[in-house]
Amino acid sequence: MTTTLNPTPPAPPDTDERVARVGLLRRLVLRPEIGSLIGAVILFVLFAVSSTQFWSLAGISNWLDPASLFGIMAVAVAMLMIGGHFDLSAGVLTGTAGLATAVMTTQWGLNIWVALLVSLVVCLGVGFVNGYLVTRTGLPSFIITLATFLMLQGLNLAVTKLITGTVSVGGMAQVPFFESVRPLFASRINVFGVDFKIQIVWWVVIVAIGAWVLAKTRFGNWTFAVGGDPVASRNVGVPDKRTTITLFMGVGACAWLVGSLKLMEQTSVQTSQGFGEELIYIVAAVIGGCLLTGGYGSVIGAAIGALIFGMTSQGIVYAGLDSDWFKFFLGAMLLLAVLANQYVRRYAERSGR
Amino acid sequence: MKLRKGVVVAASAALLLAAGCSGTGQAPSAESAGGGGGTYGYNFTVVTHGAAGDTFWDVVKKGAEQAGTDEGVTVTYRDSNGDPARQSQLIDAAVNEGVDGIVVSMANPDALRSSIEAAEAKGIPVITINSGQDRSAEFGALAHVGQDEGIAGRGAGEQMAAAGVTKALCVIQEAGNIGLEQRCAGFAEGLGGSVENLQVENSNPTGAQATIRAKLQSDPSINGVLTLGPVIGAVAINAVAESGSAAQLATFDLNGDVTQAIADGKMLFAVDQQQYTQGYLPIVMLTLYKSNLNTIGGGQPVLTGPGYVTRENAAQVQDLATQGTR
Repeated sequence: MTTTLNPTPPAPPDTDERVARVGLLRRLVLRPEIGSLIGAVILFVLFAVSSTQFWSLAGISNWLDPASLFGIMAVAVAMLMIGGHFDLSAGVLTGTAGLATAVMTTQWGLNIWVALLVSLVVCLGVGFVNGYLVTRTGLPSFIITLATFLMLQGLNLAVTKLITGTVSVGGMAQVPFFESVRPLFASRINVFGVDFKIQIVWWVVIVAIGAWVLAKTRFGNWTFAVGGDPVASRNVGVPDKRTTITLFMGVGACAWLVGSLKLMEQTSVQTSQGFGEELIYIVAAVIGGCLLTGGYGSVIGAAIGALIFGMTSQGIVYAGLDSDWFKFFLGAMLLLAVLANQYVRRYAERSGR
Repeated sequence: MKLRKGVVVAASAALLLAAGCSGTGQAPSAESAGGGGGTYGYNFTVVTHGAAGDTFWDVVKKGAEQAGTDEGVTVTYRDSNGDPARQSQLIDAAVNEGVDGIVVSMANPDALRSSIEAAEAKGIPVITINSGQDRSAEFGALAHVGQDEGIAGRGAGEQMAAAGVTKALCVIQEAGNIGLEQRCAGFAEGLGGSVENLQVENSNPTGAQATIRAKLQSDPSINGVLTLGPVIGAVAINAVAESGSAAQLATFDLNGDVTQAIADGKMLFAVDQQQYTQGYLPIVMLTLYKSNLNTIGGGQPVLTGPGYVTRENAAQVQDLATQGTR
C-alpha cells in the first residue's frame, strides 16, 4: 500500500481546501451584527454615565418599551430586506391593524377574538398583495409599497371617519371579553418591583423565531439566495416568488401584532398611527447590518438596531438633552452604522473571504 | 357660565402677569431655563403631542421655559410628534426620574391613562394642557389649561356669519387630530350655514394652497374659508387671491404672516388660544401647588381662549408674534 508513486498530500481530516481558515477575530468582525453591537454597548455606557436612572430597572423597562415595538417590526423588515425588498407600507399597516380591530369591536360589536383574527387576515392580505404585485410586475418594491402606503393612509382616515365620524377610535376597554385578550397584549410582568410590558416578551419570541428561520431552515437559505441574486436562485430551483410573497406576509403578520399590542395597551387608536415609522424599521435593520441591496444581514442585528433606537429615544431624555436634537442623533447613528458596515464589508472583501 | 367667566378672568390676570414678566426684550434660551429669579428649584417636565419645530408648540415651549426662569424652577420640554405611545414613554421616563410635576397635552387621553395614573400613584402632580379637557378631571389631574375647541369653533362661526358668510370651507391640516374635528363641528354650529371640511397636509403648504384654490374655483358659491392653523392660514390668503374668489378668510392661531394679513385687511380675524399661557400657567400652578398647596380652577378648566385678533389689535400683537411668544 505504500508503493504509490504520486501520493496525494495528506489532508488533515474534516477540512476542505475551498474553505479558508479564518481567525476568530476576523470571523467575529465578519458577523453583520457586530458593528451595531459595539455601537449599542458604547451608547449604553454613555447614557449610563450621564444618568443613573437610565440603567435602573425602571429605566431599562422604559427604553425597552419603544425598542420592543420597533424591534418586532424590524425583524420582519430585516428579513424582507435580506430577501431584497422594502416595505414602505409597514408603518401605516400597524395603524390599519389597530383600526380594523377597534372598528369591528366598538362599532359593529364583533367578538374581540374574531375581530383580531379578521384584522390578521387583512394584514396578511396586504402583505400578499404587496408581494404578489412585486413578483408579478417586476417593479421595484419601493414603488409598489409606496402606492400601498398611500392607499392605506387614505383608507385608514376615510373608512374610519365614514364609520365612526371621528379620527380616532376609543373605548376598547369597554368591549366584551377585553379582559380576556389583555394578558396577551397589554399585561405587565413584575421583575423586582418594576413592571415590564408583555410586548418585550413578544419581541424576544419574534427575534428568536426570525433568527432560527434565517439560520436553520430551507426558507432562510431561499431568503438569502433570492436577495443575493434572484436570477441565479431561480435557476437553481429556489421558489423565488413564493419566498418573496411569504416575506411580505411576514411583515403583515408583525404589523398586525404591533398594531394589536398598541391598541390593547392604549385602548384607543388614531387614524394617523404608524405613519412615518416604516423608515425607523429600515433604520433599525440597516444599523443592524442589513444591506440595502439585499442578500446580507441578520435578525439579531436588526434587534440590536431597535435596541439602539430605544436607548437613544429615551436616553436623551434621561441625559437631559434638548429633544430638538433627537432626530439629529438618530441620523448620526444611522450614518455611523452604515459607515461601519461599509468598512466591515471592505475588510471582508480584502481578507479574501 | 358664571364660573367660566371667573376662570377666564383669572386666566387673563395670570396672562397679564406673564406678559409683564416676559417683557425683558430678551428671548429665553433653552440653557437659561430654570436658573432664574426664584429659588424654588423644583424640577418639572412638559410632554406634548406636538412636533419638534412646529411654530405653535414652539410658543408653548417658550412659555414654559420663561415660566421656569421666572419661578426659579427647572423646566424640561419634550415633544412626541403626535405619537401617543411615544408620549406615554416620555411620561414614564419623567416618573422614573422622580420629577416634581408633569404637564401633559392630551390629544389622545386613553393612550396616556396608565402613564398619568402611574405619575399620580407616585405623588407627582399632573396638569393637562391644550387638548383633553373632558378627561382631565377623570384622570385625577390637578387642573386643565386650554381652550375649549367646540366653544372656539362656535365663536369663529358666529363671527363669520356676522361678516355675511353663508357657505364655508373648514380646512383641516392634520389628519388624526380630534381637536380639529371639534373646531369644524363647532364652526358649522356657529355659522348656521353650510360647512364643508377639506383635508390638507400641514407639512405641505404649497400643496394645501393648490387644493384650496381648486376647491374655490370649482365652487364659486363658497364665500368663507376657515383654516385651523397659521401656516395653512397664510397660504389660504394666496389661494383666495389666485382663484379670484371673494371668500372671506379667518384662521385659528397666529404667526407673523397672519397678524400682518389681519392688519392689511386680507383676513377677518384669528382665533387665538394664547398657547404661550398654556406653557406658562401650568408651571406657575405647579409651583404654587408644590410650595403652597394652591389649586386653581377648582376642577373647572382654565380657559386660555378663544381670544380674537382683529384689525383693531393686530398691530400690537404683531411684534409679539414675530418674537414667537404669541
